[in-house]
Amino acid sequence: MRVALFLTCVNDTLYPDTGRAVVALLSRLGVDVDFPMGQTCCGQAHYNTGYRHEAEPLARHFADVFRGYDAIVTPSGSCGAMVRELYPRMGERARAEGRGDSLAAALAPVVHRTYELTEFLVDVLGVTDVGACYPHRVTYHPTCHGLRGLGLGDRPRRLLEAVRGLELVELPGADECCGFGGTFALKNAEVSAAMGADKVRNAESTGAEVLCAADNSCLMHIGGTMSRLRTGMRPVHIAEILASTQEEAAA
Amino acid sequence: MSGTFVGMPAFPVAAREAVHDATLRGNLRHATHTIRAKRARAVGELSDWARLREAGRRIKDHTLRHLDRYLVQLEESVTAAGGTVHWAADAAEANRIVTALVKATGESEVVKVKSMATQEIGLNEALEAEGVRAYETDLAELIVQLGKDRPSHILVPAIHRNRGEIRDVFVREMGAWGRPAPEGLTDAPAELAEAARLHLREKFLRAKVGVCGANFMVAETGTLVVVESEGNGRMCLTLPETLIAVAGIEKVVPSWRDLEVFLQTLPRSSTAERMNPYTSTWTGTADEDGPRAFHLVLLDNGRTDALADRVGRQALRCIRCSACLNVCPVYERAGGHAYGSVYPGPIGAVLSPQLRGTASEIDASLPYASSLCGACYEVCPVAIDIPEVLVHLRERVAQGGPAVREGNRVVLRPARGHAAERAAMRAAGWVFARPRALRAGQRLASRTRRLHPRTLPGPGRAWSGARDLPAVPVEPFRDWWQRTRGGKDGGR
Ligand code: SF4
Repeated sequence: MRVALFLTCVNDTLYPDTGRAVVALLSRLGVDVDFPMGQTCCGQAHYNTGYRHEAEPLARHFADVFRGYDAIVTPSGSCGAMVRELYPRMGERARAEGRGDSLAAALAPVVHRTYELTEFLVDVLGVTDVGACYPHRVTYHPTCHGLRGLGLGDRPRRLLEAVRGLELVELPGADECCGFGGTFALKNAEVSAAMGADKVRNAESTGAEVLCAADNSCLMHIGGTMSRLRTGMRPVHIAEILASTQEEAAA
Repeated sequence: MSGTFVGMPAFPVAAREAVHDATLRGNLRHATHTIRAKRARAVGELSDWARLREAGRRIKDHTLRHLDRYLVQLEESVTAAGGTVHWAADAAEANRIVTALVKATGESEVVKVKSMATQEIGLNEALEAEGVRAYETDLAELIVQLGKDRPSHILVPAIHRNRGEIRDVFVREMGAWGRPAPEGLTDAPAELAEAARLHLREKFLRAKVGVCGANFMVAETGTLVVVESEGNGRMCLTLPETLIAVAGIEKVVPSWRDLEVFLQTLPRSSTAERMNPYTSTWTGTADEDGPRAFHLVLLDNGRTDALADRVGRQALRCIRCSACLNVCPVYERAGGHAYGSVYPGPIGAVLSPQLRGTASEIDASLPYASSLCGACYEVCPVAIDIPEVLVHLRERVAQGGPAVREGNRVVLRPARGHAAERAAMRAAGWVFARPRALRAGQRLASRTRRLHPRTLPGPGRAWSGARDLPAVPVEPFRDWWQRTRGGKDGGR
């Protein structure tokens, strides 16, 4: 099976540790993962801000880069949802606008081969115990596009529960949006900040050291709010927890 | 607080006050979370919920697809049953029709059943201007009316008021409208309800004209359906001699059988009840019982324009249950008034810019009043994909494009104030089409990382006003990958 890592532009630029963690985790599980250097951005920000036409070339580029792989794994619920849910919709809209099937046909090969990381682990590799060790108190925030878009369900929780030393504590109001929402965070900064502050207060109330999620965009907003509110909690991507091993924990 | 939504500022500005009002935030949080949990329980009781939801979606889609046919059938049925049907293209025409009908009876007051359509067209104000007083009889609408306030929720228009505020409004205002509030009124819910009951009773008994809306209109028989919780509606629908209903054209359903679906999904979604306490149905007029004259005003007011839009038309499936408001994290913090319309919350954000167009500041800002979290879509009993419509309307605002306004095909120009964004999106698109350009940018950011502040000046304050910026890493992932061949040459 040829497996590609679609890291996302945000992770590539700002969170390389998450990418290294995915590579380490998948290698440990015997998957030889490739990082196609041609990859850039899936076009989600363009699409969701109302620039569908500008997103189309990015989607085509994505399909070009990843076409040859059997599985495309991404550590981002929202970018995963972009490819799986919205690429088909972009194809349909183009068809409805009388532009034919070419966009839909170009995107089709990558849609069903794209997996969010926890889906790939649980559904494709069939593992929930990835042999990780992370001796910390952790609370999990299911991000909206993972929860409602991709329907990740209890996959992340099952993976976390199998991590040695990890104490998983329930996050009150877990399924409420953190308030990031891409450009929403800028266009409606005050409402976004209020949502973020509530999320962080709920996280604090659990007594956890770490808030874990499967999307660094949300974690950038939550983490930025945590440090501004001086909570002492840390945001950590689930890939980094699942990649941690006994040796690292001891070190 | 003024009683009108005209000239509202953009959503972020309008929301600011509510976000920083701790009392209001507390009221809204408590109210929405309570009903949210109850709805989840009521919906969870039905094992066939997903199928009911799908059936509701299909019935509405089918009806909208053949709206021309069902509306004509409805008109024929209502007329055959002794009613009169009037067609109103917009709010002004609907108001003219209703005002003329009331005046023809010689009366100068009407009692009203809670109705979104009459709020939408500003009927009370239009009647007032012609010397006719309209009395709201739904408790929450009465509170809004007496307080010269604006509604902030579809189902509970006074949700932003707490009991103390309601008591004060009753004590201060009831006298001017009729029977004053009882001496020594406290803020106990039972006392407040009793005060409203006494105040309204004389109006019910005196009124010769009733005005209502409709939750559903059955094309096959010409039957109108109103569901409610308080019983005031039943009084308004049965006691007066003349009954005037104002309803949006999308409220028609083909047959009685279709009600089977909606009379299950609506109460569970809106009040978390298994059935509405009062379900009133009437068909035209009947001898020796109920109103002698019945008029139905069918309101377009932008609905045909919305219907012409392939993506946006799904908003017309809405049955006004308000479940989407109650789960919306943005509504909970911004409050209903910020949406600048009688339709607040997620449904308002997709309906107002379609019914009114995107020309005004508030309407152009509504599609952005969402983090696209999808909670609204998940609870909607007719499966309106609100995030999809929001994104579609963002496209219309930012890019312009074809649309239908007042029945005419037009090509909209992009809204003002999006030029910088458009340029940024184009530039980003250019970079993302060129991996090497992206890499050059990433490297520049990494090399200058020590110079990056944790907060930003100017427009960047929108981010850093409340959150710290992430630190830029020493190198982007792709450099590490290339340097180490994915960790094979010397790990991290
Ligand atoms: S959009 Fe759906 S959830 Fe919202 S009020 Fe309408 S029917 Fe209810």
